[in-house]
Amino acid sequence: MNIQGENKSRNIVLGLTPLWLVIGIFMIGPLLIMAGVSVMEPNVYGGVYFKFDLSGYRQILFDTNLFDEMEFNPAYVIIILRSFVLAVSATIISLIIGFPAAYFISRQPDNVKNILIFLVTIPFWTNLLVRTFAWIIILGKGGVIESSFSFFGLLNEDDSLNLMYTNFAILIGLVYSYLPLMVLPIFSSLEKLDVRLLEAASDLYSSRMEIIRRVIIPLTLPGIIGGSILVFVPCLGAFIAPDLLGGGKKLLLGSLIQFQFSTARNWPFGAAVAMFLLSLVVIVLVINARINSKHEDLQKHV
Amino acid sequence: MKQSIKNAIEVQNVTKVYGVGENSVTALKDANLTINDNEFFTLLGPSGCGKTTLLRLIAGFEDITKGDLKLFGKEIVNLPPNKRPINTVFQHYALFPHLNVFENVAFGLRRLGKNRSEIEQKTNYVLKLVQMEEFSKRRPNQLSGGQQQRVALARALAPEPKVLLLDEPLSALDLKLRQAMRIELKTLQRETGITFVFVTHDQEEALTMSDRIAVISEGEIQQIGEPNSIYENPANQFVANFIGEANLLKGICKKIGKNGLCKLNSGHEISLEIPSLIKVNDPITIFIRPERIKINKSSSSKIKSFISQFTYLGNAAHLEVESNNQKINITLPIDKVKNFKNADEVTLEFPKNHARVINQ
Amino acid sequence: MFRKNKFRHVWDFPGFSGWTAIFFGFLYVPIFVLVCYSFNSSSYAMIWTGFSFRWYEKLFFNDDILQAAYNSLIIAITAAPMATAIATISALVIVRGGGFRGKEFSSGLITLPLMVPEIVTAVATLIFFATLGINLGLINVIIAHTVFCIPFAYMPIKAALEAMDPNLELAARDLYSDKNSAFRYITLPLLTPGILSGFMLAFVISVDDFIITLMVAGGGSTTLPVYIYSMVKMGVTPEVNAVSSLLLAFSIIFVTGYWFLNKKSS
Repeated sequence: MNIQGENKSRNIVLGLTPLWLVIGIFMIGPLLIMAGVSVMEPNVYGGVYFKFDLSGYRQILFDTNLFDEMEFNPAYVIIILRSFVLAVSATIISLIIGFPAAYFISRQPDNVKNILIFLVTIPFWTNLLVRTFAWIIILGKGGVIESSFSFFGLLNEDDSLNLMYTNFAILIGLVYSYLPLMVLPIFSSLEKLDVRLLEAASDLYSSRMEIIRRVIIPLTLPGIIGGSILVFVPCLGAFIAPDLLGGGKKLLLGSLIQFQFSTARNWPFGAAVAMFLLSLVVIVLVINARINSKHEDLQKHV
Repeated sequence: MKQSIKNAIEVQNVTKVYGVGENSVTALKDANLTINDNEFFTLLGPSGCGKTTLLRLIAGFEDITKGDLKLFGKEIVNLPPNKRPINTVFQHYALFPHLNVFENVAFGLRRLGKNRSEIEQKTNYVLKLVQMEEFSKRRPNQLSGGQQQRVALARALAPEPKVLLLDEPLSALDLKLRQAMRIELKTLQRETGITFVFVTHDQEEALTMSDRIAVISEGEIQQIGEPNSIYENPANQFVANFIGEANLLKGICKKIGKNGLCKLNSGHEISLEIPSLIKVNDPITIFIRPERIKINKSSSSKIKSFISQFTYLGNAAHLEVESNNQKINITLPIDKVKNFKNADEVTLEFPKNHARVINQ
Repeated sequence: MFRKNKFRHVWDFPGFSGWTAIFFGFLYVPIFVLVCYSFNSSSYAMIWTGFSFRWYEKLFFNDDILQAAYNSLIIAITAAPMATAIATISALVIVRGGGFRGKEFSSGLITLPLMVPEIVTAVATLIFFATLGINLGLINVIIAHTVFCIPFAYMPIKAALEAMDPNLELAARDLYSDKNSAFRYITLPLLTPGILSGFMLAFVISVDDFIITLMVAGGGSTTLPVYIYSMVKMGVTPEVNAVSSLLLAFSIIFVTGYWFLNKKSS
């Protein structure tokens, strides 16, 4: 639409300038400076010396021993692997919990559906810290689970199940944090699913399991992939769940980065790990974009 | 001396191209037409033919790529829509959802800076004209489709435009209401004396309402004329096919001139006027309306013709007659329906003054 | 005797309803437990002794909490409108600007704060302010929040604009409105619910934000979530439960308001 005699391009530039400035200066700017810091020499009191130094990246894999030799140090590799395994597990568990719920909600009458979907979104908008902290009350020593166990005589008064500060506790925290993000995209692709397709599949001799496998899942794949990415990406860089429920002992990438800036004061290393995390996320997003464009091509041909 | 016919709108060599370079699409190519004052003028064509583009160019919603646009002799190409004394009835009405019926209708008058009493008086007048005065406090979403249509009409009429543009205003209504609104619109146009430019893809709508019609296809104007002349004398095969039903029969020219002769591939011979541009033995196409062909029952004719399909339509019947593997469509009036059935052998007669040679 | 109705629709899968109940239980039980424990009269967060408002009362005499709440409010009141304003103009240009060059880039730019992991944004912003020596207290936090809130404000505004019939503006132009009055009388009133929704989401996100604030905020600019974090780190007390419950209640009320607003406008 281009109304006769009006110059649009000037307005486009004017209208987008605030966005470009704000995001450019305060989002892209910091990321660039962080990239710069990651290749500088650390200052033990925080901050950096302006000298090119790759020690930040080297430190992810190697330690320098007493004789100034580089030695492989698996500590951070373990953290990276733990982050990865926990993020993947949290994504799969969220999918298993979320998919049937998303399906059930999508098949409800409109008014019920709207309320249920709203109930799914509420936790997402409430404070993540507070919601995670609630799990301390549930899992912690003498918390809800332990006291109900001892109430039924399943646990001695002074014993503990030691649920807190474990990978399991972190996993629960991660799933709990990002489950709504799994359900929402799956729900929206399920909502578009034509029920008549299921009836057609059934008419053509499919069992319920086959309907799920052959019709529902292929058709809602974009939602499933979208939801998985929305869960996987923040899990990789999670800070709150590992910090509160892992007790700062089981570090993940997110808490490792935070630790470098709050306590360890090794900025280049923290920045290097942050760059590593960022590139992981970029890779995931690029793969996702590829899959999406392929799927769009597919749908164009249908 | 006063001129009896004034030119309301002159479209001169207007071209509209969307996009640039390889992806550009020419929506309208070198269009020329003149719309008279007080005329009910229709732009008719299939969807995507460029008729709505032309309407939007007249309204000022799009910039013209090339050409001139005049309103009562005055150049308007460089005027934005709010400076043109032209109003539009949008296809899906585009009523302002946050304003009630009265406020919607008064909107244009308010922007024109009219005083309160004038706004009130004019708004109420047009609401009465479209029989919506009882609904003035309602919001658009509390109205039926037909009522919204009336409000859209009132809103466009209230500022007393010199030209009213209507973009398929009846397409969202059901059949009964649509037929009633056709008559109402026509009456309204006659009473207000405003020039109407009406866009539609419905040939029946165009034929029943218009003073003149411009048939558009693929961005080009195919023919401009009064409804009956377009129906009887289509300029080309597109127009013949698009308006009503047509037989386009292939044959060979046998004799040219006022008493020319053509032998059709079906075996029939038709005598008709054949222009002298055509040479003897040239292949030609003959146009004739299905209701013009005369049909009789017979089993003794030279050319073997039989009814291959008989479709009962209630007020008429539609026949497909096959002869020599050529199909000819015939519409049978109600009083003759009973005389024919499938597979009957028949003879056909092509009246001379209803058949003509037609261009590609 | 009625025949037992064994018919089950093809799209009705057995067990899914129970599963959904468990799903909602998982989402809401922790919140419920937290709120319950905030009314516990015992000084030990984990042991229930009786119902009491005492922890809520205590909050109002805790100057640190009040200061943190005040900071949170000041930040949100400043950052959310700025984010909403930027989001509104950007949405207008991106949705209504046609196919201009840089459109993809600009909409990518808006979603960037959502794509980058929050912890990365947080440390990058920390490094940025520290390196450039910008130390303006609350203003640092406000800037960081504005950036982060833009995509949240943008989403509902963009949705509202896309749902709006572009012919409405043309109709206004047709009825003798110039560009400005078409915007003032048609676009803006119709967009208001969307803008309000965007503002509310941005506001909630700002009040709730923790990680970025934790990294960026200096000593005097502690916000409520950061304060809660430091309390939790020192040990779970019923007071934390109470202030957490209040924060939850605040978000839920805001988001519910947003929901009703959207429902009404659609």
